[in-house]
Amino acid sequence: MQTPIPGAPPLTPTPGSPQIPSDAVEVALAASGDAHAFERLYRAHSARVHSLVRRMLGDDDADEVTQDVFVRVWQKLGTFRGESAFSTWLHRLAVNVVLARRAELGTRRRRFHDDDAPLELVSARPRSPESVMDFEQALARLPEGARQVFVLHDVEGYRHEEIAEMLGLATGTSKSQLHRARMALRNHMDR
Amino acid sequence: MTTGHWTSRLSEYLDNELSAPERAAADAHLRTCAACRGTLDELRAVTARAHALADRAPANDLWPAIAAAIGSEMSPLAPRRRPAGGRRWSFSLPQLAAAALLLVTVSGAAVWSLAAGRPPAVATAPAAGRPATTSAPGSSLPTTRFTTSRPTAEQSYDAAVADLQRVVEAGRGRLDEKTLQIVRKNLAAIDTAVAQARRAVEQDPANTYLNTYLARTMRRKIDLLRQVAALTAAES
Repeated sequence: MQTPIPGAPPLTPTPGSPQIPSDAVEVALAASGDAHAFERLYRAHSARVHSLVRRMLGDDDADEVTQDVFVRVWQKLGTFRGESAFSTWLHRLAVNVVLARRAELGTRRRRFHDDDAPLELVSARPRSPESVMDFEQALARLPEGARQVFVLHDVEGYRHEEIAEMLGLATGTSKSQLHRARMALRNHMDR
Repeated sequence: MTTGHWTSRLSEYLDNELSAPERAAADAHLRTCAACRGTLDELRAVTARAHALADRAPANDLWPAIAAAIGSEMSPLAPRRRPAGGRRWSFSLPQLAAAALLLVTVSGAAVWSLAAGRPPAVATAPAAGRPATTSAPGSSLPTTRFTTSRPTAEQSYDAAVADLQRVVEAGRGRLDEKTLQIVRKNLAAIDTAVAQARRAVEQDPANTYLNTYLARTMRRKIDLLRQVAALTAAES
């Protein structure tokens, strides 16, 4: 049995484990300064990152914040230890950038509010096929707090404890926001 | 408990976040309340829909703006400024193996084409706005190093390689066969790349791209040998 180098992942794969993560080559090359490899990483992950940003912050800021995410990734690639999948590391970094921007936007625009008017609008039963919002549109119209908890929990798979820490909420608040969001969205399924 | 009470807790029920007694009470209520069962089904559908949401690429290509921000118009093999404290490699040997083989393949082709007379890549300055940085040891050798003082640099490299190989050889018995195979395969690939680069530099000593490529390929061998030496030390 080998002793791993402290702070480094195992040097030999265990039997049955994936041999080489699909991103490993590109990540290693990008970390050494290969911008072409980094562009390939961008191409592979931009849709997921952009979707996360768009759902969390809305269309207006999605492009700019996605760019910020990838610039930060480039700057921080040297800190990636390979202890988790690159996509997991990237996603957590993206969430951090989003949350930083959220705080900035909240301060600048005073947009962060949790009144029930948008929730009621989303919750209303669609009256006709023409007025039906699709799921993404309905999600975008949720109040910011409920939307961000819903995206982090139900779309991205974070636990309430993690979300509470990220957003500076009590765990119980995260749970109640999630329930509000789900209740509002149940009328907009598969349209 | 009322229907209103349980409706507000159906998400927790769905997510298995109720205590055992609460869950038992909720189960009892659901057996008798069609409205709550219907709501629970709807909530379940919402979570399933959320899990199945398709990602959508940005409508506009954001790469040009990102490339401008990170200064990636420079040659990918040109030296780049490093974060303070230097970059620490922490990839596993399989990852290093894959990266090295790809580097050898791609860059070997580039060396071949350059040696055949195609114009070299032009390095440009890094973008402004990057954080203050310092160079990692040996990671961003000046591009003229091998043209102006190549014998000294190569002698240093050869000495470092020899030292590390002695350490690795001494610890060879402490590594398993699979690791040794990976190491041998990588070293062979890197040696091939170094030999190709040396021949190309001999033909075109002033070529910045070739000199940079040679320096970085040598650096890769030293990095790999250091990893293996550290591993043998850990096993002793």
